[in-house]
Amino acid sequence: MSKNSEFVKFDKVDKSYDGKVLVVKDLNLDIAEGEFITMLGPSGSGKTTCLMMLAGFETPTNGEIYLDKNPISNIPPHKRGIGMVFQNYALFPHMTVYENLAFPLRVRKISKEDIDKKVDKALSMVSLSGFENRMPGQLSGGQQQRVAVARALVFDPAVVLMDEPLGALDKNLRESMQYEIKHIHESIGVTVVYVTHDQGEALTMSNRIAVFNDGKVQQLSSPDKLYEEPVNSFVAEFIGENNRFSGQVTDVSKDKCKVKLDDGSEILANPITVKSNGEKTIVSLRPERALINTKDKMENNFKGKIEEIIYHGDHTRVRLNLLGNKDFILKVPNSSANMDIKLGNQINVSWNSFDARALDPK
Amino acid sequence: MSSEKQKILTTDGIPLEVSLKKAEKKNKIKAFLLVCPLLLFLIITYVFPIGDMLYRSVDDRMVTNMLPKTYKAMEQWDGKDLPEEEVFEAFYLDYKKLVEEKTFGKLATQLNFEKNGFKSILKKLKRKMKKFEEGNYKEQIMEVHKRWANVEYWRALKRRAPSYTYAKYLKGIDMYENEDGNIVQVPEDRRIHKILWLRTLEVALFVTIFCFLMAYPIAHLLATLPMKYSNLLMICVLLPFWTSLLVRTASWMILLQQQGIVNDFFVMIGLVSDDNRPEMMYNKTGTYVAMTQILLPFMVLPLYSVMKTISPSLMRAGKSLGGTPFVAFWKVYFPLTIPGIGAGCLLVFILAIGYYITPALVGGASGTLISNQIAFHMKSTLDWSFASAMGLMLLAGVLAIYWVYNKLVGVDNIKLG
Repeated sequence: MSKNSEFVKFDKVDKSYDGKVLVVKDLNLDIAEGEFITMLGPSGSGKTTCLMMLAGFETPTNGEIYLDKNPISNIPPHKRGIGMVFQNYALFPHMTVYENLAFPLRVRKISKEDIDKKVDKALSMVSLSGFENRMPGQLSGGQQQRVAVARALVFDPAVVLMDEPLGALDKNLRESMQYEIKHIHESIGVTVVYVTHDQGEALTMSNRIAVFNDGKVQQLSSPDKLYEEPVNSFVAEFIGENNRFSGQVTDVSKDKCKVKLDDGSEILANPITVKSNGEKTIVSLRPERALINTKDKMENNFKGKIEEIIYHGDHTRVRLNLLGNKDFILKVPNSSANMDIKLGNQINVSWNSFDARALDPK
Repeated sequence: MSSEKQKILTTDGIPLEVSLKKAEKKNKIKAFLLVCPLLLFLIITYVFPIGDMLYRSVDDRMVTNMLPKTYKAMEQWDGKDLPEEEVFEAFYLDYKKLVEEKTFGKLATQLNFEKNGFKSILKKLKRKMKKFEEGNYKEQIMEVHKRWANVEYWRALKRRAPSYTYAKYLKGIDMYENEDGNIVQVPEDRRIHKILWLRTLEVALFVTIFCFLMAYPIAHLLATLPMKYSNLLMICVLLPFWTSLLVRTASWMILLQQQGIVNDFFVMIGLVSDDNRPEMMYNKTGTYVAMTQILLPFMVLPLYSVMKTISPSLMRAGKSLGGTPFVAFWKVYFPLTIPGIGAGCLLVFILAIGYYITPALVGGASGTLISNQIAFHMKSTLDWSFASAMGLMLLAGVLAIYWVYNKLVGVDNIKLG
């Protein structure tokens, strides 16, 4: 079975609501069949607009969207065969769970027996068998969420869109639903386009993540790449925690560059976007990549003063004043070896130049 | 904690129920005192007048009290032939007393309601009575006018004997109790009330339908437009509310009369010829147009308040699940607006069924309603008991509609906002 790597294709899509501001700019995005792709970004970044264009509730101002190679801009939403889970579930409050799930099947004129079978199957998939005759109002938030997922899947759509479906749930429920949705996706192999502003959610669930900002896709890659190898300072900042040093490039070689920081000291970094001497840059370093009092030989070794210690159970967050950056964060695993960590102590911090990514100054 | 609850004692050992009552007592008194003024107001302005109306509509003691001797003497009379001398004598004595007290006019009016022609013969009797000699009143009274020798009039008199009567209610539906005590319809050419009742129902029904048809899109627009436009539209909907009813009705008269603006426009664009202008005022059309416009906000507001609560994502969900826009509307949106439809229709229908001023002004002869008839009896014929009876019949009708509505839709489903 060959999977179509361009199952959903955004081709040079622009979108403007008022003719003055572009909320989506030149979007080119290919989504493979069976993929779980997440559109991640701050509010107002255009991710929901993209989803609405795919669902058919908004028209692209320019460009075309293809579904399985067919342009769909002129197809009304009800003929696209795309399932959708809405932010507030949008269950029909006057219908029972059964009727909610049967709705997409009834409008497709499917026989009563098949409807019963499909509804049964969909409900057992979200472990809600036996809830057929409940009204949505009698269900908890998590159960409503499952019904909404089941309803979006019950008519076997090629693509399912999810618009921040877990936003209204509490933290524990949200986490367990993340796994549940992920498992459902894995077991039925449907293409999922998921919108969220929660990076944890995105990293947990997706095959690939498209980070949106300012109407543009900043980076499209797998969760680990996105975290380990952000291509610009927005992505580095938006995904996970991040220590930043701003400075000027003084020497660039193939895989290393020297950056002169604002306080005068020089560090070695990994040139990602910088190309020539004199460029301004922001160097980004993940907290867990900087080690204290390590015996390993590393290219960057500096002393910093401990400003604040926050206990997190499994690890301790230490805020340092390092190289003029007063918000340098370290994550120290909770082991007995770290006795030096006391407020005001000077400690040695080291990291490899490869992990310090010299990015655009924004 | 739970074992303490089972004993139902508070920490201090007082039974929980007693303690709760004590704690709540102050609040209850406060609440009652707050409601008190309104309660009194309702009793004085609503319960009492309606009770009085009910009483007045069946009360018939006025005639009974005016002619005590007559009715005592009539007890023996079988009503077949003319009554005996003693009845005539008793009537003469009662009437003489009324003439002396100068209250005979009321009797004349009341008896004339019962049978036409009573008033004139009573007046004549009053004039001739001064010369009556003692004894043999039967002949003397029959001498005054030949109707006094007609047994029908005496029967009519006897019919007024009981202190309470439902005759007014029968009259309200064009029926009466005939001489034999059977309830029959009045002659065909005098059945005016039945027409009025039916017309009232018809007008109320159609006004409700027109209001619904117009208000539904408006309310939907109001609920879905962006705030800056919907506020303006809302003001347009409410503007009529802030304008005097009379002004609005009068402007319809200006617009719709035969030489009015609308007709002028029709003639101008050649829709109708100048000498064949349609009558749109002083008939049912005028009543429909003016009442629909006046009652429209009562339909828009409940619909709007319900539609406002319906999330737009529901329609989207309906469409994304494969429903055509019509199916999504009909299966998803429309059922959710039923509480608003129910509230609006009930409100408009009940208001329309008792509407008075607009049909009185623009209805003409074919557009007047039962309320106008009630007003007519209140103001012109002064038959208040009949007006009360019809008012109560209207009230009963409204309550019946409410009951049917409750059975069909359920009052809990009403949402006014």
